[in-house]
Amino acid sequence: MHTKTAHELHRLLTDKKISSVELTEAVFDRIEKVEDKVKAFVTLTREEALHQAKTADERIGSRHNVTPLTGIPIAIKDNICTSGTLTTCASKILLNYIPPYDATVVSKLKQAGAVIVGKTNMDEFAMGSSTENSGLHPTHNPWDTAVVPGGSSGGSAAAVAAREAILATGSDTGGSIRQPASFCGVVGLKPTYGRVSRYGLVAFASSLDQIGPLTKDVTDSAIMMNLVSGYDPKDSTSVDLPVPDYRKALIDDVKKVKIGVIKDLLKEGIDPDVKNAVKAAADKLADLGAEMIEVSLPSFDYAVATYYLIAPAEASSNLARYDGVKFGYRTKGSKDLLSMYYNTRREGFGPEVKRRIMLGTYALSAGYYDAYYLKALKVRTLIKQDFEKAFGKCDVLISPTAPTVAFKIGEKVSDPLSMYLSDIATIPVNLAGLPAISIPCGFNLPAGRQDRGLPIGLQIIGKAFAEEIILRVAFTYEQNSEWHKKSAPVS
Amino acid sequence: MKINVEPVAKLARLGLSEEEKTLFAEQLSAILDFADNLKKLDTENTLPTSHAIPIKNIFREDKTIPCENVDDIMANAPEAENHLFKVPRIIE
Repeated sequence: MHTKTAHELHRLLTDKKISSVELTEAVFDRIEKVEDKVKAFVTLTREEALHQAKTADERIGSRHNVTPLTGIPIAIKDNICTSGTLTTCASKILLNYIPPYDATVVSKLKQAGAVIVGKTNMDEFAMGSSTENSGLHPTHNPWDTAVVPGGSSGGSAAAVAAREAILATGSDTGGSIRQPASFCGVVGLKPTYGRVSRYGLVAFASSLDQIGPLTKDVTDSAIMMNLVSGYDPKDSTSVDLPVPDYRKALIDDVKKVKIGVIKDLLKEGIDPDVKNAVKAAADKLADLGAEMIEVSLPSFDYAVATYYLIAPAEASSNLARYDGVKFGYRTKGSKDLLSMYYNTRREGFGPEVKRRIMLGTYALSAGYYDAYYLKALKVRTLIKQDFEKAFGKCDVLISPTAPTVAFKIGEKVSDPLSMYLSDIATIPVNLAGLPAISIPCGFNLPAGRQDRGLPIGLQIIGKAFAEEIILRVAFTYEQNSEWHKKSAPVS
Repeated sequence: MKINVEPVAKLARLGLSEEEKTLFAEQLSAILDFADNLKKLDTENTLPTSHAIPIKNIFREDKTIPCENVDDIMANAPEAENHLFKVPRIIE
């Protein structure tokens, strides 16, 4: 039963064919079987989960206030605060941190009756594209354990793909939900900035971060979006707009929908297998009645550079709080405050985090602010304008989610810049604050391999607060393809 | 762009080893060279965007409310005394 989707399980639970306790135990059995190969989790919360499952069963039995996620086992990325449960952001500096509060998204999921199985592994402080920057251990891709699951929400994506959770939450600042979804053959959605509360999400880059779902199919994504979206007075960047019923958007019909194919993301530098899969997906959508339009967003060539100035700048400010004073790791034996700061941060942060703090500090410092940070903010405007022009002619835009399939563990760790370039298709979306979803659209065909290869993701981008149209296009494609029915071979 | 790592590390309150100083100088310089590509774009008449979605500052009444979970908060403190966070000497 751990192979089913949340919407399938909801039916079985409400029909009393299975109980949440049985389902939760099945999920933990699965975790026991494969977790030493996948290593998706930082913390498992079996006891609390079984307790939550028992309560869920009572709720389902009473037929009162049952939601689509009541009794469903879910995994939470470890940068999202869970009251009373370790929340480490996969960093040595927070290895002992137990939040005294729940993130708003966690409160909402708990209120809905979801069963939290554990906290998933990630790149430290969400900085990375492979989960290799985790301060604990890397996570392995369930399709081939020698390759990365993507990042920074690699643990969540791998957990869903390995059936170690029915669905999961992730966070996305430059592609951290979508790229691992693409690498792990699952569905990942980054909502419009401000759609989902960031209260309780450990901040990396405040103008870019968003929490979103990682699921086995598009329907489960819509289900989670219904439950976690909405205005939150505790998040000053939360937008006060009504939340539609995203499940109503799941219509198998794209006739007359204008789909812009981003040609700047289908040129050299993109893997030929990826290009072919995305072109085939575009052809399929055209066969289903959509109108395909080629669009060019030339500012995309500058998006990675822009992001790697803005995000680190914001991070350098957000990570200043990790100083050993009030919580988290503190170095031993400091004689004065300043050396306590230097040593706590030297010992507590990993190399990528240090790199980005330095980059951000530099870009914001006197004499460099205009040339770097301010310049990047202006290019951000150009990127926004390119999107506006494209959306003048199109309803949604499509592209590959990532330029390649999952690469080998260790392949890119010593070349930060090459790692950054794997976010080339996802970054512009965060800079413009738009919603986007990644859905499976094929596998690569490695020469001489007997097995089916590694997953490829199709990215669908919408206008601000237009999650409904991207869900509709994603759902239509999914219902007319078989990719989401394939399972990762790890066992 | 050759970056001088030490003053930046000082501003960021980051202690670095000698190896880290050398490695980061190299890696960060490469990243900044890449970032220099932005110079190619004409942004003379472009306004900066710090937030993609138009939002404004939210205020609430400056009212004090009691803190319900002081003990949970203090439980994370590396060193504490009487609900105060203890740190090494600040003033000589």
